[in-house]
Amino acid sequence: MTLEFILFFIFALVCAVSSILVITRATPVFSALFLVLNFASLAGLYLLLNAQFIAVSQVIVYAGAIMVLFLFVIMLLRPEADKASTGLEKRRKILSWAIGGVVFLQLIYILFIHKSNAVTASQEASVKAGTVESIGQQLFTNYILPFEAAGFLLLGAAIGALVLAKKKFE
Amino acid sequence: MKIPIEYFLVLSAFMFVTGVVGVLTRRNAIVVFMCIELMLNSANLSLIAFSSYYGNSVGQLFVFFVMTVAAAEASIGLAIIIALFRNKMTLNIDEVNILKW
Repeated sequence: MTLEFILFFIFALVCAVSSILVITRATPVFSALFLVLNFASLAGLYLLLNAQFIAVSQVIVYAGAIMVLFLFVIMLLRPEADKASTGLEKRRKILSWAIGGVVFLQLIYILFIHKSNAVTASQEASVKAGTVESIGQQLFTNYILPFEAAGFLLLGAAIGALVLAKKKFE
Repeated sequence: MKIPIEYFLVLSAFMFVTGVVGVLTRRNAIVVFMCIELMLNSANLSLIAFSSYYGNSVGQLFVFFVMTVAAAEASIGLAIIIALFRNKMTLNIDEVNILKW
């Protein structure tokens, strides 16, 4: 049992439990806070996978910016907690969990039915792939057009959000 | 010595299914939105796992783009939710059904 495995199991456990808590807590604020915990533990998993740059931007962009936006809107609107479910609602819930279970079992089956014989890269190649240098190299040479398109997407989203939140529809 | 890639993929599948169940069971628009973020992140986890085990940084580049799209989606979606709340005074997605039929 190496340190790598121990860290993986700690992060994976936090990740799985917090994702369950996100969908079971009745109060939206608690859901949002558990989602932040989930994103933070995901950043730890990314570090285990030698993806330093993505781990840092996961914390800054997801756990920082996006979740603050979510919490801001939740505090602004003060949505009431979900009420205890009744008859039809309860049936729908049971059905949803059953569908989820079936899909999960299918995914597990597909993952383990074939013995994986893919070549795994050396540790050095894996570390090199996660550095800012190699990601930036790819981003500004082969993927410059998608990068510019992402910039336009963000511009459009900012303008769209302004228009949507400003206007009062009749 | 190295963690098998299946471990990461199982965790990713678990998070995705949790997101799906959340979208199906929860009625609060903001929580449904957070479940979508959960699903996006599970896809990110498997992309990074593949990228790291393959020793190629393009997978991580895709995660970068997914994050951009998620940020845009969050800003637009929350603006829609605010506009919705102004008009209907509710966030329950069962009561917002004017586009349904």
